[in-house]
Amino acid sequence: MSASTTTLTMASDEEIVIRRVFDAPRQLVFEAHTKPEHLTQWLLGPEGWTMPVCEIDLRPGGSWHFAWQQADGRKLEMSGVYREVVPPERIVNTERWGPEWPETVNTTLFSEQEGETTVTQIVHYPSKAARDAALGTGMMSGIERSYDLLDALLRKQR
Amino acid sequence: MATDQLSKTFAALADPTRRAILSRLLDGSATVKELSAPFAMSGPAISKHLRVLERAGLIRRGREAQWRPCELDAMPLRDVAEWAEGYRHFWDESYRRLDKYLDRMKEQGNER
Repeated sequence: MSASTTTLTMASDEEIVIRRVFDAPRQLVFEAHTKPEHLTQWLLGPEGWTMPVCEIDLRPGGSWHFAWQQADGRKLEMSGVYREVVPPERIVNTERWGPEWPETVNTTLFSEQEGETTVTQIVHYPSKAARDAALGTGMMSGIERSYDLLDALLRKQR
Repeated sequence: MATDQLSKTFAALADPTRRAILSRLLDGSATVKELSAPFAMSGPAISKHLRVLERAGLIRRGREAQWRPCELDAMPLRDVAEWAEGYRHFWDESYRRLDKYLDRMKEQGNER
């Protein structure tokens, strides 16, 4: 199977869109995204993380809570509430990483074509400023000039 | 990095003028006068932005000289860059794992 790539785009001022194609029918991809026994097997990010908490009450008004942990003690947590649940097509939920973080409204769409399923995540921030801050995109012009330059600065400051 | 520090950095970066100031400081330290030159802004207005950047730990200001040159502190910036890159990376790595997991789900479905 050819490896698909994950794309991240700025669809509007307040949104980012993450899209990925999977070589599997929609029903299966939807289940993999909504059942804890499946999610804890793959929604783990980079190597080394486990997902000790994966609570899902999949209905409008129901809440969800995910937590990850790494061997060195680092932790990451997020939670929210489901607003719309339309199996196997569409989920709308809120997401928050902590009290200091802006709450986003995330829409996840599952569409099937010729046995392949496209998953589209639309993450809606409360404002452009919040989105840019969260992604650091505003800094990209500076950062493109690049990590090397930042590394050089850091070395100099040590 | 503590989450509240990251929030402070994000809040400081949310403003385009402050981002432009940081971008300028990548080229080296500068005085308030030099920093305010590209903007249609008064010295006090720029100083206000500089105070926000200083509180967020993104810049340092010289104490000795009267004109107090500003200097970039790249450490929090690097943390933000890592976070943004980490976000994309998180999904990419997870989805790679999901490819394999879906194959297993398909096999198990066929066996039934």
